[in-house]
Amino acid sequence: MRKSRLARHIRLGIKTLMLHKLRSFLTVLGVVFGVGSVIAMLSVGEGASKEALEQIRKLGSNNIILRAVKPTEDEEMGSKRSFMSMYGLRYDDEQRIRETMPAVKRTVPVKSVRKEAWLNERSMELRVMGVTPDWFELLQRQVLAGRILNWRDVETRSSVCLLTEQGARKLLATEATIGQPIRIGPDIYEVIGIVQAERVGGSIQAPDEDVDTYIPIQVARERYGDMTTHQTSGSFEREWVELHMILVEVTDDSQVEPTAAAIEAMLKRFHPKLDYRVNVPLALRRQAQATKRMMNWVLGSIGGISLLVGGIGIMNIMLASVTERTREIGIRRAIGAKRRQIVGQFLIETVVLSSLGGVIGVGLGVGLPFLITHFANMPTVVPMYGIVLSVAISVGIGILFGLYPAVRAANLDPIEALRHE
Amino acid sequence: MTRSLPAPVAAAAATKPAGQDLPLPTPGGPRPLVKLEAVEKVYQMGATEVRALDGISLDIMPGAFWAIMGPSGSGKSTLLNLLGCLDRPTAGQYVLNGQNVGQMDDDALSELRLRELGFVFQSFNLIPQLTVRENIELPLFYLGWDAHVSAARAAELAERVGLKDRLTHRPTQLSGGQQQRVAIARALVNDPPVLLADEPTGNLDTATGEQIMALLGELNASGKTIIMVTHESDIAAHARFRLHLRDGRIDRVEGR
Repeated sequence: MRKSRLARHIRLGIKTLMLHKLRSFLTVLGVVFGVGSVIAMLSVGEGASKEALEQIRKLGSNNIILRAVKPTEDEEMGSKRSFMSMYGLRYDDEQRIRETMPAVKRTVPVKSVRKEAWLNERSMELRVMGVTPDWFELLQRQVLAGRILNWRDVETRSSVCLLTEQGARKLLATEATIGQPIRIGPDIYEVIGIVQAERVGGSIQAPDEDVDTYIPIQVARERYGDMTTHQTSGSFEREWVELHMILVEVTDDSQVEPTAAAIEAMLKRFHPKLDYRVNVPLALRRQAQATKRMMNWVLGSIGGISLLVGGIGIMNIMLASVTERTREIGIRRAIGAKRRQIVGQFLIETVVLSSLGGVIGVGLGVGLPFLITHFANMPTVVPMYGIVLSVAISVGIGILFGLYPAVRAANLDPIEALRHE
Repeated sequence: MTRSLPAPVAAAAATKPAGQDLPLPTPGGPRPLVKLEAVEKVYQMGATEVRALDGISLDIMPGAFWAIMGPSGSGKSTLLNLLGCLDRPTAGQYVLNGQNVGQMDDDALSELRLRELGFVFQSFNLIPQLTVRENIELPLFYLGWDAHVSAARAAELAERVGLKDRLTHRPTQLSGGQQQRVAIARALVNDPPVLLADEPTGNLDTATGEQIMALLGELNASGKTIIMVTHESDIAAHARFRLHLRDGRIDRVEGR
C-alpha cells in the first residue's frame, strides 16, 4: 500500500507539473544542462588523463630512463673547429648502478648510431641501437614477426639485426625479409624479426622512438666504437659517447623514486657537466594523476556550478508554485493532510523535475563528448562514476532546493491559506 | 491521544472508546459529540487584544443540526475554525467525540480533521487540477486507502449527491451547485461524525441553494451531525438549533 501510495504521489506530481508544460520544461532544462556539462567536462578530463597514462605505460612504470645529453654550454666549443666533445653515460656508470644499487633488478646499456643501410636495392640512413635482450622485456614491445635478440646473439656477437616497424617501412621490409641479409655501414647482418616501436607524443619521448633497427650491444661497440664523426656545415664534429642511454629496471614500484634519486646523486659526482638526464615514468604518472585530479575538480566544478544554477531555477519555480497553490495547500490541510504529507507532495514534484533533468542530462552528457571528439579531436572517456554521480546529485538537488519551498508550503497556516485568493 | 483506526473507518460515530479526558457520561443518556466549555480565543493585534470568542459553552448532541449566526465580527468564523480543529482555543476546553483538542499538536489535529470532520466551504474549494473523482477521493488518499477501494467509494458518494456521470469532469466544467455537491461528497467520503459547513449557499443562487440545503437536510435526517455557519435566516431555518453570536459571546439559542 505504501508503494502504491508513492506511485500515486508521483503520478499526481507529474500531473501537476504537466499543467504548466513550458514552465516545467524550462525548469528541467536548467538541470539538463547542468548534468550534461558535468558529464561532458568529466569526460574530457578523463579522456586527457587516460591518454597521458597510456603514454606513460608505454615507458614502463618500473623503469628509470637515463639519457646522455650533450651539454649546452661547452666553453671550448666555439673556439676550436674540430673539437671532439666527450660526454654522456659511461660503461662504468652502468656497472656501478647494476652492482651497487640493491633495488636495481636489471640494466640495459644502449648505444645509438646512425648508419647507411642497404636492403636489396634500397638504401636509407637508419638509426641503429645496440641493446641487450632485456630491452625488449623492460619495454614489453610486441614482436610482429620472427624473433627478438637473445643472449646467445650477444655472447657470440652474431651479426643479427631486428627491425622496428618504422625501420621495416623505410626499407620496405616485410615478413619475407626475415632471414635475408642487410648491410648496415660496412657490415652484413641477418634480419631476424620485426618488433613494434612506440611513439608517446607530446613532450615525452619513448626510449624506442625513432629507432629503426636493433643489434646486439657488443656488436655495436666493437664495430662502430665510441666515436662518431658527422659533418655539420663544412666542419667535422666528433663526439665521444660511450652509452647513449641506460635503461634501469627497479624491483618494485615503491623503489622507483628513491632509486632514481640515488642514481642522480651518484651521477652528479662523476658527471660535473651534467651531461645526462634522468626520466622517471612513475613520477610522470604521479604527476599525470595529480593533473587529472585537478582537472576533474576544475571541470567538475564548472559543471557543478551550472547544476547549482539549475537547482536555483527549481527552487525559484517551486516558490512561485507554492504561492500560486496556497489555497490548494489550505484545502489539503483542512481535509487532514499532515505537514509532512504536504512536504512530501512538493518534494516529489521537485525530485521528479530534477531527476527527469538528470536523465535527459545524462543523454546530453554522453552525446556531447562524441561531438567533442569528432569536431575538436580531443580524446574523451565518459566515466561511469560521472553518470552515477550526476544523477545522484540531480536527485539531491531536487531534495535540497525543493525542501525550502516544501517546508514553507507545509508551514502555511491552513486558515490563512484557505482565505488566500 | 493519537489513535490508529483500521483503514476503512466506515462506522465510527457512536462507538468511540472513552478517552481519559472524557467527562463522565450522563448515565443512560447520550453524550455530546461536540462539547465546548468556557472557550476563549484571543488574538494579539499589535498592542491591542482582540477577544474573538469570550467564554463559549456549548453541547452538540449526535445527529443535531446547528446553525451559527451573527453579524460579521461576531466570531462565527473563529468558532467554526475552532470546531474544525484548524485552530486551538486560547482558554477553555473543546472535546470532540471524546478527544480533548486543547493540547493536541499539529499532526494530531490533522488526524482529527481527517477522521472526525468533513468540511463544506462557501467557495467550494475543490482542487482544480483534479477530476471530480480524485477530489472526492482526497481524504481517502490521506487515510491511505487502497486505490481501487477508494475509487469505488468515491463513485458511491458521487451517486449519492447525483453526480454519477460527472466523475471524470474537472471542477471548472461544473456549475456552482454541482461543485458544492462534489464538495459535500468529499466531506462525507470518510464518513466523519461531524459535517462543518461555512456559508454553503453563499455563492449559489436561491434555487440551487435550496437544493443544497435539501441535500444537507437529507444527510441530517439519515443521522449526520451538521454544524453550519450562515448569516441568512432563511438558510438557518433549515437547522434545528440556531446559535446567535454577538461580540464573541452566545447571544441566544433558538430551536426546538
